[in-house]
Amino acid sequence: MSETLLKVHAVETYYGNIRALAGVDVEVNRGEIVSLIGANGAGKSTLMMTICGSPQARTGTVTFDGQDITRLPTHEIARLRIAQSPEGRRIFPRMTVYENLQMGASLDKLKYFDEDVEKIFTLFPRLKERQAQRGGTLSGGEQQMLSIGRALMARPKLLLLDEPSLGLAPLIVKQIFDAIKVLNKEQGLTVFLVEQNAFAALKLSDRGYVMVNGRVTMSGSGKELLANPEVRAAYLEGGRH
Amino acid sequence: MATTTYSKESAGGSLTARALREGFFAGLVAFGLFFLFVGLETTQNIRNELVLNQRWGLLAIFVAVAAAGRFLGVLYVQPWLAARKTAKAAVADKDVPETFLARNFSKLAILALVLMPPVAVALFGVQGSLKWVDNFGIQILIYVMLAWGLNIVVGLAGLLDLGYVAFYAVGAYSYALLSQHFGFSFWILLPLAGILAAFWGMILGFPVLRLKGDYLAIVTLAFGEIIRLVLINWTEVTKGTFGISGIPKASVFGIWSFDVGAANNFAKVFELPMSSAYYKIFLFYVILALALLTAYVTIRLRRMPIGRAWEALREDEIACRSLGINTVTTKLTAFATGAMFGGFAGSFFAVRQGFVSPESFVFLESAIILAIVVLGGMGSLVGIAVAATVMVGGTELLREMTFLKAIFGPDFTPELYRMLIFGLAMVVVMVWKPRGFVGSREPTAFLHERKAVSGSFTKEGHG
Ligand SMILES: Nc1ncnc2c1ncn2[C@@H]1O[C@H](COP(=O)(O)OP(=O)(O)OP(=O)(O)O)[C@@H](O)[C@H]1O
Ligand SMILES: [Mg+2]
Repeated sequence: MSETLLKVHAVETYYGNIRALAGVDVEVNRGEIVSLIGANGAGKSTLMMTICGSPQARTGTVTFDGQDITRLPTHEIARLRIAQSPEGRRIFPRMTVYENLQMGASLDKLKYFDEDVEKIFTLFPRLKERQAQRGGTLSGGEQQMLSIGRALMARPKLLLLDEPSLGLAPLIVKQIFDAIKVLNKEQGLTVFLVEQNAFAALKLSDRGYVMVNGRVTMSGSGKELLANPEVRAAYLEGGRH
Repeated sequence: MATTTYSKESAGGSLTARALREGFFAGLVAFGLFFLFVGLETTQNIRNELVLNQRWGLLAIFVAVAAAGRFLGVLYVQPWLAARKTAKAAVADKDVPETFLARNFSKLAILALVLMPPVAVALFGVQGSLKWVDNFGIQILIYVMLAWGLNIVVGLAGLLDLGYVAFYAVGAYSYALLSQHFGFSFWILLPLAGILAAFWGMILGFPVLRLKGDYLAIVTLAFGEIIRLVLINWTEVTKGTFGISGIPKASVFGIWSFDVGAANNFAKVFELPMSSAYYKIFLFYVILALALLTAYVTIRLRRMPIGRAWEALREDEIACRSLGINTVTTKLTAFATGAMFGGFAGSFFAVRQGFVSPESFVFLESAIILAIVVLGGMGSLVGIAVAATVMVGGTELLREMTFLKAIFGPDFTPELYRMLIFGLAMVVVMVWKPRGFVGSREPTAFLHERKAVSGSFTKEGHG
């Protein structure tokens, strides 16, 4: 494919003295969907957060769109249009769905808000029904939709999704993955996602990475990884086929 | 005592019996509790000897109040509460149309406040109105304003600030010192005091940027104490514990003065009898305007990106950052804005008292202001105003209760029980409404606001 949008090079991230990432190399090209799979505690969420600058990488570099962002503060990284739906969703519980979406659009001072919010509501009709409800009282799945919707409101160049399918019914997971696919195809949105649901994620993705104990141990196209016996044994057997 | 619960079956005679029984036990418990505290008193007589006073009458009153209170509580209040609960549950399903009063509550309240001084003068005469305008009106409004100011920091941005009174002090001393040394008028120094307080708000903000919750609270508490200690010990400038007196009065924008000797004295110009009441009425309108300004700014800011950012910050700091919000400037502006209103209130306080000393800026003041914010329901302007009125007005009412002297003896000074009652009221409110008077947050945005409003006129039963 083409041009590199995000390049993570030899990144090590620490929590105090604990090394959570031990030299990670990941690349995401413009217009791609790339997924990252791995066991619990492998460091997937840490990589997502490191890209966003909290915590910052101790060594190595993160480059976005040709710019070194390793030492930028989180809010400035966000201003370069990297949006994240983080682990645990982190929506604003006392604000309404509508206000949460407005917060997502605060980078552009709500300039494109009316237009964009309609798109989000077409993508997730559920959110439209619930727009006056407080975020904290939404169901888990609705919160997940809101978290993704809020990230999309920022008009991102790169969308980071940390376990978008967590805790969702299979039907909703399919909806969300379809939505990601649509955004990618129609708007050329670049997506980097972490998933436990390795089968669905790899099927959706152009490429994938496998992470073990803070290192990337395998990478390849989605199809290759799905066919790889090791990946199958570790992440797919017993799961959905 | 709290273990007994009301059940509907125990109606009629058995209820009375139960009430009697519980009343008796309550009296017994009160007797045991207060026997030593109230029944006996040690005092020093004229030769510095310790003497034991026996106050059986007072003890009897305490016991009787406890017993009667429990009796009435079990017999009437509990059934009433239970009945109300079921009634409420029944009503909750239906749509209760908002009454005119509920819809226009704030407008009516402002109107009532504007009309209050003339009404008080009409009812109680010029001199008689003083009590209502000054003791109640101004006193309550100062706390309303302070609590609204603190609300920006605590209620909106979620930064627990226990040293808010420091900014109040900065404002008060700014006016006191600058007016005495440089002769500037109130109207010049009011904004200046606000700016200075905001500046100190930033100074406090910087070191506490990384702190949260309890840690933040402790540092702000220390900050409040530091400012107070500086005021006490920097005697060359602040005159220490003696305080600064003879602070000039404010004038009506320099047109009319309230100084007795001045040629343009307000009473002289309008050929009215001399009275301090005019000045107080003027001050009443000043603090009313300042408080309304605070409310207006808060309401406006809540709809603007910075206000949104404050509220988002309170909810989730990490999410804020990942949405491109600079949490550093967001926190600093919250501290500075809150402090600015504290500074305004402080300079008003100085001009009203004509005297400032560090004694007015103790931690207790911060605690009272914070208590009002919490009681009102963090973030709600109306709730906070109600809380300030109830708490400050209520304790002010205590002064009026001279009839209590008849019960508790001539030595009884109700004001001394101020804090006790304040605390008690807090506990009661928190049990009754754990999120404060107005606990739910008012959303600031709706989809197609205008469309929905116009739609509701044309078609019925949508949504
Ligand atoms: N704030 C923290 N402080 C200390 N250690 C942490 C912190 N956050 C994560 N870790 C550790 O870093 C390692 C990687 O955690 P991370 O959250 O990145 O895992 P993950 O791959 O996202 O796992 P999961 O699939 O369970 O979400 C884990 O061993 C975890 O215990
Ligand atoms: Mg994770």
